[in-house]
Amino acid sequence: MNEAITLPGGVQAEPGMRIYNQKLGMWIFLASEVMFFTGLIGAYIILRFGTTAWALPGVPLEEGGTPLAINLTAFNTFMLICSSVTMVKAFAAIEHGDQKNLRRYLLATVLLGAAFVGIQVVEYLALAREGFLPHCSEELAAVVPNCHLFGSTFYTMTGFHGTHVSIGVLCMIWVTVKAFRGHYTKENHGGVEVVGLYWHFVDLVWIMLFTIVYLI
Amino acid sequence: MDAHHEDLSFIRKYIFSTDHKIIGIQFLFASLAFLVLGGVLAIMLRWQLGFPGQELPGLGVVAPKFYNSLVTMHGTFMVFFAVMPLLVGVYANYLIPLKIGAPDMAFPRLNMLSFWMFIQSGIVMTASLFVEGGAAGAGWTAYAPLSAVPQYTGASLGQQLWIISIVLFGASSLLGSVNYITTVINMRAPGMTLFRMPLSIWALFITAIIALLAIPIIAAAVIMLFFDITLGTTFFLPADGGQPLLWQHLFWFFGHPEVYILILPAMGIISDIIANGSRKPVFGYHSMVLAIIAIAFLGWITWGHHMFQSGMNPLLGTSFMISTMAIAIPSAIKVFNWLGTMWRGNIRFHTPMLWAIGFVSLFTVGGLSGIFMASNTVDIFIHDTYFIVAHIHYVLFGGSLMAIFAAIYFWFPKMFGRMMNDTWGKIHFALTFIFYNLTFFPMHILGMAGHMRRIYDPTQYEFLQPYQPMNKFITISAILLFVAQLPFIANFFWSLFRGRKAELNPWQDNGLEWTVPSPPPHGNFAVTPTVYRGPYEFSSPGAEADFLPQDARPVDSGR
Amino acid sequence: MDWLPGAASSYAADMDRIFYVILAITGLIFVGVQVALVYFMIKYRGRAGRRAFYIEGSTKAEVVWTVIPAVIIIGIAVASQTVWSEVKDPDRFPTDALEMNVEARQFAWAFTYPGADGELGTEDDHISYNQMYVPVNRPVLFNLTSVDVVHSFFVPAFRIKQDAVPGLNLRAWFGVRRAMRSGARSDEGEDHRPSGRRVQWLGCGAGLKSRSEEIGSDLEGKDVYSCSGGRIVGGRAPRRFELHP
Ligand code: HEA
Ligand code: HEA
Ligand code: CUA
Ligand SMILES: [Cu+2]
Repeated sequence: MNEAITLPGGVQAEPGMRIYNQKLGMWIFLASEVMFFTGLIGAYIILRFGTTAWALPGVPLEEGGTPLAINLTAFNTFMLICSSVTMVKAFAAIEHGDQKNLRRYLLATVLLGAAFVGIQVVEYLALAREGFLPHCSEELAAVVPNCHLFGSTFYTMTGFHGTHVSIGVLCMIWVTVKAFRGHYTKENHGGVEVVGLYWHFVDLVWIMLFTIVYLI
Repeated sequence: MDAHHEDLSFIRKYIFSTDHKIIGIQFLFASLAFLVLGGVLAIMLRWQLGFPGQELPGLGVVAPKFYNSLVTMHGTFMVFFAVMPLLVGVYANYLIPLKIGAPDMAFPRLNMLSFWMFIQSGIVMTASLFVEGGAAGAGWTAYAPLSAVPQYTGASLGQQLWIISIVLFGASSLLGSVNYITTVINMRAPGMTLFRMPLSIWALFITAIIALLAIPIIAAAVIMLFFDITLGTTFFLPADGGQPLLWQHLFWFFGHPEVYILILPAMGIISDIIANGSRKPVFGYHSMVLAIIAIAFLGWITWGHHMFQSGMNPLLGTSFMISTMAIAIPSAIKVFNWLGTMWRGNIRFHTPMLWAIGFVSLFTVGGLSGIFMASNTVDIFIHDTYFIVAHIHYVLFGGSLMAIFAAIYFWFPKMFGRMMNDTWGKIHFALTFIFYNLTFFPMHILGMAGHMRRIYDPTQYEFLQPYQPMNKFITISAILLFVAQLPFIANFFWSLFRGRKAELNPWQDNGLEWTVPSPPPHGNFAVTPTVYRGPYEFSSPGAEADFLPQDARPVDSGR
Repeated sequence: MDWLPGAASSYAADMDRIFYVILAITGLIFVGVQVALVYFMIKYRGRAGRRAFYIEGSTKAEVVWTVIPAVIIIGIAVASQTVWSEVKDPDRFPTDALEMNVEARQFAWAFTYPGADGELGTEDDHISYNQMYVPVNRPVLFNLTSVDVVHSFFVPAFRIKQDAVPGLNLRAWFGVRRAMRSGARSDEGEDHRPSGRRVQWLGCGAGLKSRSEEIGSDLEGKDVYSCSGGRIVGGRAPRRFELHP
């Protein structure tokens, strides 16, 4: 696969990046995704460090914290990282033409991804129950400093990330179905690779988000 | 793949087409329509400025709130729906595959999707003109909190539709960029090395990279703004801890690269046309490429020059002044190299060449006025005045739009197989050049008098009353400028059906696009061409004719 | 040369000088480029039997027209910077200034002056709506804010412009120069102006006249002008100028 594109008439194109179009296109698309999250995360950093107090995860509500449990999210993060590993394994499998492991690992990736989204929903519900909304409740605003800002940035950043994961899961399901139909071969498995790239990106973004929202 | 293209239904061939040429032409018609709309809005707002409080024939008196919507929508339509798609949507689509020797874009179906998302976003934006509360009225820059709290402008739904439309527009532009970049990297015909690409392709390529990286920033920003309006988030609302200046930083971090999106393709196109018109190679091709890259790069670190008076730290003001002024250097290279290209040429004054010369003349004016504002000190006085409005129009109309006209006249025969009328083209140029300057040059003087921009009625300010005759003069000139476009519209449609049939290479150019029939068939090249040389071998001593197409097989085994 | 409106503040002359210097430099470049264009168009117009001179470029020429602009802009930047820091550097704000608060809203300006005690935020503060009075020969330092959207505080004659941003308290200053107002006279003598102290006041609206000579005569015997130069606008897309105290 590492060669120039073939143009009509079987002519080799002038060598470019020596990456096939779909993969190159995905890389380029991801560059723009990086900028999108840079915009959101940049806004978060400016807003958060432009104020003195911030509602932190892991700090009790009474002390101006949030009901977010760092342990649960850490576990969730771990799952997402695992899903990247299974994705790598799936790709490695099909590179050797190993259909069985391709299917097995793809399925694992789908399940891990879906579980991640599920836990995130649980987390949202826990927050909402306490009054943390994009614009938080008045009672909460009296206790928690800048809880409007916390809600605004938290839901926007994790919401967009969650949407990305969900789209990733849907694409992954599509690829898995194709894998079960025997669509991919040792020679032809660009679909797995391209979706895999996207998946690793989403994973990476989450590690960033987890660090700056939960840990710092 | 082309064996069965004949069977495609009319709908698949001309409406939901995946052919980059059809998509380019679709962009052309759509964005010309938006150009007319933007022009009509301009005339309406000019009417109020020239004749405040007088009834606009047929429409009644312009109300203050309506005026705000006019300014906002004029800027929005011109920037996002006229100039940007005219340059990128039309010419990136049409020219990239043809000029690099590719059969189509890398992702034809994404390309089609890109066009239809553009149409959707245009429909949403146009619809917002008619909704309750009026269209968005916070300027094309949508400064928060003005844009974030409906009471402040009176437009609620209008502002929301503006945001939705920008998001759709962004998605469309993003798909386009992914396509253009991949195509340029991967799909060049054998022999078409990067440094044999025409400058138009270089510029469109770099522009696609800027758009790819800048558009997501504005998307993120307007989405946050949307949440502020609808979900009660407080990103930009100071009452609950948000920061209005954050909006400005995000907007201009996108906004300044955006203005280079609007000029770089124009510069590329102009380089092609000036070389062709002068029958000489572009002077300093490599430095022209480097200048494009330098402008694109510097464009990322200058956004603060829009914010000198915003309350941002004055030290930042200093660094933004320096980075901004630095852009004069690559721009100087461009201007002087165009002059160098014409020097000792054998200039053919065909219509596209006239527009190209007009571009060099007027872009220089707009660029030089940029130096006044780049000086943070001088900007204290001229910020937010008509001096800025003059600058905008010199670079965007005198620059970008002139290049667009040049491009339309130049590639019309390729697109439609017929020539546009040259005489009427020249009349169009002369009238536009005159009335353009009569409209926009006096705005410098207004700005120096302290005439603020975005004001509804200048006569309310005592110190501006002496300048009202000038405002009237500008309005009348603007109307004449609009009228001067009628020969173009007539010429365009007349030539579409009645124009003289174009020969294979009417401008005797070197580009690959002139080696295939006009309009080119689906798939473009019957045989993938091989490229032997750069695009500007005009009057080369090695050739008899004064041009040497890129794919002409060399006689001896030289380069 | 007074294409800019009459200048009436301490730093106006410095700012104007830079403006005219840039005007001169860019004017020369403008003329140079346009003349070259026209000259080339005539001299090198296409004629049958003529052939263009084949040349791909000249590194020497390109270096020249890279270095010269670079030198010019460095000069402009350095000159600008000196005035910029004179005006904007907080460390160089005048210490003997009259301090006042300026608050913008849709659609009014509120100017708060210290009373006889010379301090802001006390009982005897005096608020003036939509009319700004400023002393001559004593700098004015103001704290600028907005209650709703971004407004622009702009007095052309003083060459001062600063955005008023909600949530921020921005400081800026200007000094009205009597010397700038040729033949100007102000309503000296009466102590009824906001601070209640013996200073001269100049309605800034008067300074907005395009010719400085008019300032004095306009002021004479009349009440002080409203400061319509401080723009009352709705953020960046303003509304009509309305006076609502
Ligand atoms: C096509 C679009 C385009 C282009 C190319 C430019 C190009 C430049 N612009 Fe402009 N600009 C806009 C579109 C554009 N601008 C718009 C739309 C706004 C208003 C936005 C809004 O508020 O609504 C704006 C506003 C704007 C501001 C903010 C003003 C304010 O609000 O107070 C500034 C300030 O620095 C600025 C500077 C410049 C500079 C230095 C360049 C430079 O790139 C110009 C470089 C070119 C030259 C200098 C000429 C050629 C060079 C020579 C002949 C060599 C010799 C020259 C010297 C030695 C000086 N622009
Ligand atoms: C490319 C960009 C572009 C173009 C071409 C124009 C064109 C014009 N503009 Fe505009 N303008 C802006 C971009 C542009 N403008 C922007 C970004 C702003 C800032 C907005 C803001 O403050 O938020 C602005 C603001 C602005 C103002 C300031 C308003 C204010 O601050 O209150 C004014 C005032 O005079 C004005 C006037 C005009 C006029 C008279 C024209 C005339 O040139 C119009 C003449 C008409 C045409 C050029 C169209 C003719 C049609 C065709 C040629 C196509 C037909 C072809 C076929 C159908 C085949 N413009
Ligand atoms: Cu305030 Cu005295
Ligand atoms: Cu800019």
